[in-house]
Amino acid sequence: MSNLLTWKEVPKGAFLEKPGNAADYETGDWRSIKPVWIAENCIQCFRCWVYCPDAAIMTKDKKMIGIDYKHCKGCGICANECPAKPKALEMINESDSGDN
Amino acid sequence: MANLKQLSQQEEFFTPGHRMCAGCVAPVVVRQVSMAAGDTPVVIANATGCLEVASTIFPYTAWRAPWIHNAFENASATLSGVETAYRALKKQGKIDKKVKFIAFGGDGGTYDIGFQSLSGAMERGHDIVYICYDNGAYMNTGIQRSSATPQFADTTTSPAGSVIPGKIQWRKDLTAIMAAHNVPYVAQVAPSHFNDLITKVQKAIAVDGPAFINAMAPCPRGWRYDTREGIEMTRLAVETCYWPLYEVEDGQWKLTYKPREKKPLTEWIKKQGRFRHLFTDENKELLEQFQQRVDEEWEKLLRRCGEM
Amino acid sequence: MQEKIALTGNEAMALAMKQINPDVVAAYPITPATEIVQIFSDYVSNGLVKTEFVTVESEHSAMSATLGASASGVRAMTATSSQGLAFMWEVLYIAASYQLPIVMPVVNRALSGPINIHGDHSDTMGARDSGWLQIYSENTQEAYDNLIQAVRIAEHPDVLLPTMVMMDGFIISHAMENLEILSDQDVQKFVGEFKHHRPALLDLDNPITVGPLALYDYYMEFKRQQAEAMRTCKPVILQVAQEYAELTGRKYGLYEGYKLDDADLAIVVLSSTAGTAKVVVDELREQGVKAGLLKLRVFRPFPYEELAQALSGRKAIAVLDRADGFSAFGGALFNEIRSAMYDVKDRPLIVDYIFGLGGRDVNLDHIRKVYADLAEIAKTGQAAQLVSYLGVRE
Ligand SMILES: Cc1ncc(C[n+]2csc(CCOP(=O)(O)OP(=O)(O)O)c2C)c(N)n1
Ligand code: SF4
Ligand code: SF4
Repeated sequence: MSNLLTWKEVPKGAFLEKPGNAADYETGDWRSIKPVWIAENCIQCFRCWVYCPDAAIMTKDKKMIGIDYKHCKGCGICANECPAKPKALEMINESDSGDN
Repeated sequence: MANLKQLSQQEEFFTPGHRMCAGCVAPVVVRQVSMAAGDTPVVIANATGCLEVASTIFPYTAWRAPWIHNAFENASATLSGVETAYRALKKQGKIDKKVKFIAFGGDGGTYDIGFQSLSGAMERGHDIVYICYDNGAYMNTGIQRSSATPQFADTTTSPAGSVIPGKIQWRKDLTAIMAAHNVPYVAQVAPSHFNDLITKVQKAIAVDGPAFINAMAPCPRGWRYDTREGIEMTRLAVETCYWPLYEVEDGQWKLTYKPREKKPLTEWIKKQGRFRHLFTDENKELLEQFQQRVDEEWEKLLRRCGEM
Repeated sequence: MQEKIALTGNEAMALAMKQINPDVVAAYPITPATEIVQIFSDYVSNGLVKTEFVTVESEHSAMSATLGASASGVRAMTATSSQGLAFMWEVLYIAASYQLPIVMPVVNRALSGPINIHGDHSDTMGARDSGWLQIYSENTQEAYDNLIQAVRIAEHPDVLLPTMVMMDGFIISHAMENLEILSDQDVQKFVGEFKHHRPALLDLDNPITVGPLALYDYYMEFKRQQAEAMRTCKPVILQVAQEYAELTGRKYGLYEGYKLDDADLAIVVLSSTAGTAKVVVDELREQGVKAGLLKLRVFRPFPYEELAQALSGRKAIAVLDRADGFSAFGGALFNEIRSAMYDVKDRPLIVDYIFGLGGRDVNLDHIRKVYADLAEIAKTGQAAQLVSYLGVRE
């Protein structure tokens, strides 16, 4: 536990002064299945974005641009809710995926 | 009408990297509340429970806004104190921003152990929006029944056994009880219907005074369904009229969504392991009884909303 | 400028609260502390304080709201007694662990059951390990003085711990006594503007998270840090007392010794009973008996070194506990005093008397009996009974 703070270093009364630093904590290794985004099928409806429990659908300039695999826990909600036909999000086994 | 693309450009007050289970719907509720709040400065209180525990594991916090947790049953009282401190500072000219105070509690922390503190805060008229994320049991301690648990659900303290078929009692109608507090705004929401949810939270925030919002937030662990179906679970609860979407604004009851065709209750419950025991020959009657009660409650609501 | 007036203990506490003029008060009525809340409500209704007053629906919520306000970065107070304090119990610990300088008058009353409204110390003794500072008052004057000092102590950057100030239910809370009071301005000047020595929840530009989960990797560091604040706050208590003495002429320490220095026989007691005991000490002194008294003012932090020093050299000591510990070995005060005396050379015999439970009267005869017992113990070098009950029907 050597890199942990000592009692003299911990913030008084456990007040945490780093808002939102959980974003530095990666939950991506929780996945057993993972969503893959098929850009050409995407109708940019933002359903996946509004329903993701982990804010792991990345957007930029009002466009869905992919998945934040550092945080995506692989719940499958996005793929389930994707209304595009054919779907723009598909779940595959983590073991079947390449890098990421 | 919520413009999702527009909303996606705001910073949310809740970050990824929280430790709620994969597929938990409570964080979806929190995110949608954040979308509704937009850039209104908010201060948040959280009752003990899954959301609180999993979002603030020291030295991490998933909250970008000022946030306080005190204990299980006192989010409302704690936030009463914060809101009062704000009024004191405002009166003294030490703070000028308009701030909104939001409390989050699970159904255990809201319907049960936190009920007195919630009732007190609402009665006193604090400028608080209380949001219950109702996952229908004490999930954090391992799926014990609460007064929000649906009748017949199998939980670890209302196990479906050979003599007792799960929870005996009908769920407490907390939304109606909060409406009876005559606070300016009360609503029931489901994150599947995000437009409805966001609009209602915006109304609640706009109100000067207390508001209460009851949000269905399924728990894949406790309800025993496939994590991918979390949103579908709230959609079906709405479509079967088990969880109607309505609001009570200044005492006026209004249905905000009427399913085109009311789905049979079984469509919702057959997907959940907690109701599996109902689908046996000897429990057929219970299933009918369950449907009948849902119908009665729905009609009661329609009458209250002047739809019947 | 001081003024002499006659007030009840509750009136004096309420007046001190008015003069402190906190930003937020959240409180709930309970006998015998109700008047504090009522009188304060009157101040609020008549615009005599700047305080925002929250009429909570319970003491649990009173402490919760006070905690919320304090964490927000304002001066926050409440007041209670007995069952109310017990109902706050969960949140007392949380307030202390967040290191929030909440100040609270507590009117000591017996805990149920049977339900009883009169004074004993079972309520605050139950909260003795909650992480709050505890200051006990003998009379109305002390209650008033202690409450004002408590604000400075609790809010001192080296302390930042919640503080409760006690007086005995009815005996002091409802008894009219003469006392000297300060002007509003002097109290205001003494307590000063509330300063944040902490990040505050309502500092919107620097959002903080208050009350996270800390598991086995961190919980212990937080507790160690909290313990340190309690361990090192004695100099602050004394410094504040010193400044208060300069302002008022009334001197306070961690304890008060009464004819203690050369005493052979000593009683240790808290609060109003000290007044009764002093009368007996005087009486015995006239008879040539070297009797003395130690009235403990600050029970948390427990000033074990100072007590050991003050009590060493006595021949026999009786601790009077106004609360049973139900440990089958006497009350808390007894146990802690005995522990403090362990390292003293030629330590005296120390016995415990449980007394005054539920407001049971303690009179001069009871105290005389204790000194007589002590004389016997000192003479024989033996105590027949380590723990006994005073004034109970056998
Ligand atoms: C006074 C008190 N009693 C019991 C508990 C244990 N406890 C912690 S969380 C919890 C259940 C929370 O249930 P709920 O409010 O429904 O939230 P969820 O965990 O389902 O999100 C319980 C029983 C506690 N922390 N404090
Ligand atoms: S699988 Fe779940 S966590 Fe991952 S992006 Fe989709 S909705 Fe979000
Ligand atoms: S147990 Fe249920 S409510 Fe709790 S985090 Fe997991 S899915 Fe969410």
